[in-house]
Amino acid sequence: MNLRDTAESIALPMLALAGGLLLFGAFIWADGHDPVQAWTLLFRGAFGDAFSLQNSLQRAAPLMLTALCVALPARAGLTIIGGEGALVLGGLACAALPLALPLPGGSMGTAMLLAAAAIAGAAWIALAGWLRQWRGVNETISSLLLGYIAIALFKHIVEGALRDPASLNKPSTPPLAEALRIGSIGGTDVHWGLVFGVAACLLAAFWLGVTTHGFATRVVGGNPRAAQLVGLPATRLIVVACALGGAAAGVAGGIEVAAVHTAANASLIVGLGYTGILVSFVARHHPLAIIPVAILFGGFLAAGSLLQRRMGLPDASVQVLMGFCFVVILASEAARGRLRELFVLRRPPVGTAPAAATA
Amino acid sequence: MDPKHTALMTQRRQLLAAGALGGAALALPGSLRSAWAQAPITVGVIYVGPRDDFGYNQAHAEAAAQLKKVAGVKVVEEENVPETQAVQKTMQGMISQDGATLLFPTSFGYFDPHMLAIAAKNEKVRFSHCGGLWTQGKHPANTGSFFGYIDEAQYLNGVVAGHMSKSKKLGFVAAKPIPQVLRNINAFTLGARSVDPKITTNVIFTGDWAMPVKEAEATNAMADQGIDVFTMHVDGPKVVVETAARRGRMVCGYHASQAKLAPNAYLTGAEWNWLTAYTLIVDAARTGKPHPNFVRGGLKEGFVKSSPYGAMVGEAARKNAEDVRKKMMAGSFDIFVGEMKDNTGKVVIPKGKALKQTDLELESMNYLVEGVVGKA
Repeated sequence: MNLRDTAESIALPMLALAGGLLLFGAFIWADGHDPVQAWTLLFRGAFGDAFSLQNSLQRAAPLMLTALCVALPARAGLTIIGGEGALVLGGLACAALPLALPLPGGSMGTAMLLAAAAIAGAAWIALAGWLRQWRGVNETISSLLLGYIAIALFKHIVEGALRDPASLNKPSTPPLAEALRIGSIGGTDVHWGLVFGVAACLLAAFWLGVTTHGFATRVVGGNPRAAQLVGLPATRLIVVACALGGAAAGVAGGIEVAAVHTAANASLIVGLGYTGILVSFVARHHPLAIIPVAILFGGFLAAGSLLQRRMGLPDASVQVLMGFCFVVILASEAARGRLRELFVLRRPPVGTAPAAATA
Repeated sequence: MDPKHTALMTQRRQLLAAGALGGAALALPGSLRSAWAQAPITVGVIYVGPRDDFGYNQAHAEAAAQLKKVAGVKVVEEENVPETQAVQKTMQGMISQDGATLLFPTSFGYFDPHMLAIAAKNEKVRFSHCGGLWTQGKHPANTGSFFGYIDEAQYLNGVVAGHMSKSKKLGFVAAKPIPQVLRNINAFTLGARSVDPKITTNVIFTGDWAMPVKEAEATNAMADQGIDVFTMHVDGPKVVVETAARRGRMVCGYHASQAKLAPNAYLTGAEWNWLTAYTLIVDAARTGKPHPNFVRGGLKEGFVKSSPYGAMVGEAARKNAEDVRKKMMAGSFDIFVGEMKDNTGKVVIPKGKALKQTDLELESMNYLVEGVVGKA
């Protein structure tokens, strides 16, 4: 990727974002509110001070992991949208492990919890990949439906076999021991899940961009027939990509349990897996791009909170804003490669006919 | 009785008494009273769903709207806040960005661990949670919980439904088999069976608080079985009310009034009256009184109320319901009285025992009473 492409890759979404904000301003102006106040609040609520910044980062953390659940299979050519299922099962595995075997306290125990979460999530999404490779089941549909099954299983177990009798009006598993929980980073309000999210995105980018295995996966994603012709084990690569994506979503669920909820319960099912789909698509399934997109998403959610409290706007206004921004960002792809034309005066290059230059 | 419970209940009665007196501002000397009474306050109210859901969240939003009219009270609100770190950020934001010193996190799932985590970091801010079971010694003093004995209004719903039903089969669409929900199903059924012991209540659990599709399916399925009066315990009763009305059935509302949605089918309803609890807690904060940690009340204390009767409700039904209401207001009526059996025939309250509304045993109810068709 040369410098100009990189500059364009950054400038294009930024311009699109500005366009989305403008549209939102017009929308709320039409509704009788002050757009300048809204823009100011949006910035202050998302990145304006230390609290806002931490708020945005905290909300972004699980989205990075659930976005990977879409991005990694996508790079192998599959459209997986069942991250929610992997997330809830990951959370369940994390909460259930201490009941199955005694764990050492501290980071060793926490690592085992997250490993259990990763395995549960990986198995679930790998199942969708396997169904497609061996049985020809459409992976988009199967992963979505498997997500519903996962949620049903989760509720059945949390409200049945693993229910803590002390959790009367909110059925939950027994809480994790204090020593197993994930705390905050240093003196901040942000828990270590953010580090896991960023690290996972970096690792995924390294895997896809640098390693042979990652390259092979991308080849399979580009053209599975050609990949098989050159002797790549397409099926295995696809299932591994699915498993890695599922593992990321599973870890997201595990972190939610170990850092936020302290037990598995229905509060885990809030659509983080589905939001990850949007994040991944906006990031064009690129692990490195997922990091800023997830933070932007977190920023919108954080700012939406302030928008509601200060301007009395309904919660739906944030969804309108996100809708505007993401539609414009996705639509801006059409301008890729032609961005310079918008800014540079069109001059026919020396030695070519004007008609050819405009074609 | 466990001494801790006795102490709790004494405290609770004092609180209710204080509320009835209209706040402790009266107990303060004149000059100080006016200084305190004018102390402005910013109150944060957090809803788990939309403010206009015709149900649980709307009931709170209506009280918050009333609270806004009180001089010196500023209300900041946020809706659709999930029970995740998002609510922790919202609480902290209300405190550090808006200067709120009293928060009403109104969803059950906000209590543990979210509200407790933020309360530990903000010891000077008061937190009053709706529905939780605040326990002395276990939870910090700057936190507390309030709730209403809405099963009293559900009992009255049952009495009216019992009179109006022709098929003697009632329907209850419920979210989850948890104590608060079971208590409502049981109270509704007991109310109906006080009219006619042959009446049964079919219950369908949808599995979660907001499942509009399943709620409609459950209502239709029960209407097909000949059930002619419905009630519910889900976050937004709109779907059940509208579906029942469309099927030509009658309905008793819940949380807030849904009369507007189905004026020809709406008999009455069990509504929250959160303004009573809000006022009590806000007054305590403004006058510097100790934070009311455990606030409970029913019809008598004005924590719950019934929707006005629909035009189709007959004289006999009204009279019967009003007689029971009078006894409830006088404190001489107990809903859960022995000998009471569950719907498997097991005795759950022995003969001669009557449970008062304040009895903590009721807060861990895990059975469905005789006459309910369904499984807890």
